[in-house]
Amino acid sequence: MNDTPLLELRHISLRLDGRQVLRDVELILSPGEIHVLLGANGSGKSTLAYLVMGCGGYRPENGELLFGGLSIAELPIHERARLGISLAWQEPARFEGLTVAEYLALGSPSRSAAECLDRVGLPHQEYLSRMADKTLSGGERKRVELAALLALGPKLAILDEPTAGVDMLSLGEIIAVVESFRETGSTVLLITHQEELAAHADRASQLCGGRIVFSGPPEEVVAHYKARLCRRCDGETCHG
Amino acid sequence: MADLEQLYQALGMIGEDPGRILSSDSAHVVAYGHQLVSQQSIPGVLITAQATDKGIKAKIIIAEGRQVEQPIHLCFGLFKRFGVQNVALELIMGANAKATLWSHCLFSVPDVARHAMDAVIRIGPGAELRYQEAHYHGASGGMEVVPRARIELERGARLFSDFSLVTGMVGKLDVDFDVNVGENAVAELTSKVFGHGTDKIRLKERLVLVGRNARGLIKSRVAVEDDARAEVIGITEGNAAGARGHVDCTEIIKDRGVVSASPRVKVTHPEAKVTHEAAIGSVDRQQMETLMARGLTPEEAVYRIVGGLLR
Repeated sequence: MNDTPLLELRHISLRLDGRQVLRDVELILSPGEIHVLLGANGSGKSTLAYLVMGCGGYRPENGELLFGGLSIAELPIHERARLGISLAWQEPARFEGLTVAEYLALGSPSRSAAECLDRVGLPHQEYLSRMADKTLSGGERKRVELAALLALGPKLAILDEPTAGVDMLSLGEIIAVVESFRETGSTVLLITHQEELAAHADRASQLCGGRIVFSGPPEEVVAHYKARLCRRCDGETCHG
Repeated sequence: MADLEQLYQALGMIGEDPGRILSSDSAHVVAYGHQLVSQQSIPGVLITAQATDKGIKAKIIIAEGRQVEQPIHLCFGLFKRFGVQNVALELIMGANAKATLWSHCLFSVPDVARHAMDAVIRIGPGAELRYQEAHYHGASGGMEVVPRARIELERGARLFSDFSLVTGMVGKLDVDFDVNVGENAVAELTSKVFGHGTDKIRLKERLVLVGRNARGLIKSRVAVEDDARAEVIGITEGNAAGARGHVDCTEIIKDRGVVSASPRVKVTHPEAKVTHEAAIGSVDRQQMETLMARGLTPEEAVYRIVGGLLR
């Protein structure tokens, strides 16, 4: 693994609608790393994902956001994407008039759409011609989203709660998908509230009350997460 | 025949093969302005068209039980800067007949012109018609297009209609479709229009579900940008037991564009049910951000989203 960080969040804070959502976040991902970000609902996990991706309204009020050593805090989403960051949304948007094949061809994909669909458990013979609209179930759409990121092969793949929802990938399937990202050299930031996923990561962090309260080897983070799972704290009580 | 050459060119530009349309096994009516260029019947599809100084008058009769394999082509156009084209169309489909009708309306040349279509269509019991009307306009914004259709679906008949005007400036568009849907019959009307500049769009489509278990769907997809305006009226009436109807309007506005959508429903039978949904707004933010997260610029993302909606 290269020692130069791929992604660095240094003292990042973010306020949304007057509420402090992220507090002094410190998070570092190395190239090729599989990093699980654990946290309860409302802990700020998705907010962190949107902030890294550059979504509207998710601009840090202070701190540094670096990608490959380059400050990206001022860059719009598509420029971050072109640097190699991409995101699989927890609840992906649907697109009328766009087939799954066309959706997977967006950007500059490095892998075949058929192969990527098969990897997420969607037979390509059936799904390539389907529309990426509301005719797909929630689970199917999420799988398509993962397949799209696999096809894109970004340097940093942010997967926001890939196991959440009905008809979603099983634990074994999502682990296989994450391994597919690893094969292509992608770094993965896997956002989840399921600690079982951390066992297959290189490192993990726990987010609580908008603050990273523990980072380290997955087994230690999971132990901390299980012991100190708090729902609505400010992150301070989770330290230690 | 400079106009005929232009017609051929225009068909080529929209991906149609004029040779195929005019081939001996293709039923068709081809006219520019008030001149009839070609008409052809095939077994089971009788076409009689005539040109008068008032316009083109065409009658198409599809025989009972006839399954027409190749699309029937209606090809209308104007290849002068100014002009008028009036078309009166009567289509009668016999029982259990099945056909696809493609209407190509080529108006990329005129600066100021009017195209009016008055259609009367009767779809016999168990018959099925797939009707596609696609308009191709130029950049002048001086076109006026006035399509009118009165359609009757008899017991068990099926109609799938798709109207699109997404190429070039619309100019002024005033659509008025009125469909009576009989017992166990199905009608789906889809309209897709993209307005720019100072285009004015009015879509009025009405489905009357008169027969038991009649089914109907009105689906409109309209996008406007610049100072374009659109008024979308989708009316569905459920007047019989088991009738089911739905009106689905989705419209996107950009710049100073204005759209009003009025999905109207009326039910006069206690066992009928009609639903509606309408969404008007700017381009969806999450859709934008999803596409931008794949590397598309904001402009490319809008193009994709609007293009998909109007596809």
